[in-house]
Amino acid sequence: MADLIKVGMADYKVGRSPSTLISYGLGSCIGVSLYDPQTKIGGLLHIMLPDSTQARASDNPAKFADTGIPLMLNDVLALGAAKGRLVAKLAGGAQMFAFANATDIMRVGNRNAEAVKQILRKNGIRVIAEDTGGNYGRTVQIDLTNGAYKVKTIDRGEKEI
Amino acid sequence: MKDEFDLTPIQLDALREIGNIGAGNSATALSQIINKRIDMNVPKVAFIPIEDVPDLVGGADTVVAGIFLRVYGKAPSNILFLMPQHSAFYLVDTLMGRPRGTTQSLDSMDQSALMEIGNILSGAYLNAFFNFTHISMLPSIPALAIDFAGAILNVILVQLGQMGDKAMVIETEFLAEDEGINGHFFLVPDPGSLGTLIKAVGVE
Repeated sequence: MADLIKVGMADYKVGRSPSTLISYGLGSCIGVSLYDPQTKIGGLLHIMLPDSTQARASDNPAKFADTGIPLMLNDVLALGAAKGRLVAKLAGGAQMFAFANATDIMRVGNRNAEAVKQILRKNGIRVIAEDTGGNYGRTVQIDLTNGAYKVKTIDRGEKEI
Repeated sequence: MKDEFDLTPIQLDALREIGNIGAGNSATALSQIINKRIDMNVPKVAFIPIEDVPDLVGGADTVVAGIFLRVYGKAPSNILFLMPQHSAFYLVDTLMGRPRGTTQSLDSMDQSALMEIGNILSGAYLNAFFNFTHISMLPSIPALAIDFAGAILNVILVQLGQMGDKAMVIETEFLAEDEGINGHFFLVPDPGSLGTLIKAVGVE
């Protein structure tokens, strides 16, 4: 049976076919996947915040888009993926509660999505699919046998991007 | 930076006591509304890694009803009342005087009833808090979501995540006498609010 590898909040995992990487219950967080279709090596990162330079203190680079993505990128390359073949998919970035006077922090989902795309672009990685925004949570998983990225929700069914 | 979470056992006890009084008041209010005895556990006061918080309610992918309130005042905080989905449905049945098992999804009336429960519980909690600390704390209007526990907890965890890697939570579990309704009440002080609370209970 293929491995199911769990990726926690503010964490990332890398692996190769036939493993599946899964992260449960993302709200404003984003699940960023990288995948090399030829070597079937990939990774999944669960970030919480866009920018480590705006945070007071943290010992965990996987919590932020700007520090987490390079970290995961290095690890998939070390496993044998080729940078030129890597493609990215992302999902999450919801705003769970809509308040009339929503503060910046409540719109963090949006900022997360923007930051992730910008950092991927800076690293020369193409984003080929995206399912972000809304006001609902998502559970995401990437199947490393074929790069299929599944997004599960409670009321909106399940889809593959 | 001094670790804000470096508390003495006495300070932790004081926070637990605050949680106890607040939750006791809330439990009484809930008990009167639904006319059932409500048990609660001794509040947990804990500093835990942010990524472990969803485990307190059964894991990030547990489906829960979450009622969220922002608390304003001298010690800004967040309140989150989480119930497993079936508990929320049963609670709505009880409130609406319908036979248990009737509710399978929430219409806008049901949602508003649940939010009102959030209002009442938070009001009772914060009132007790005020009597103890003389810090007035005003709750916002409640917001409701039915979703993965991880996704709902995200809302408070990102705020804490900006400041550090750990969350300070004061958590109480409620259980109705027939075990049909249970829930977790979280008070999560903003980074910085903790000092104010500790000072207010006089165990600096």
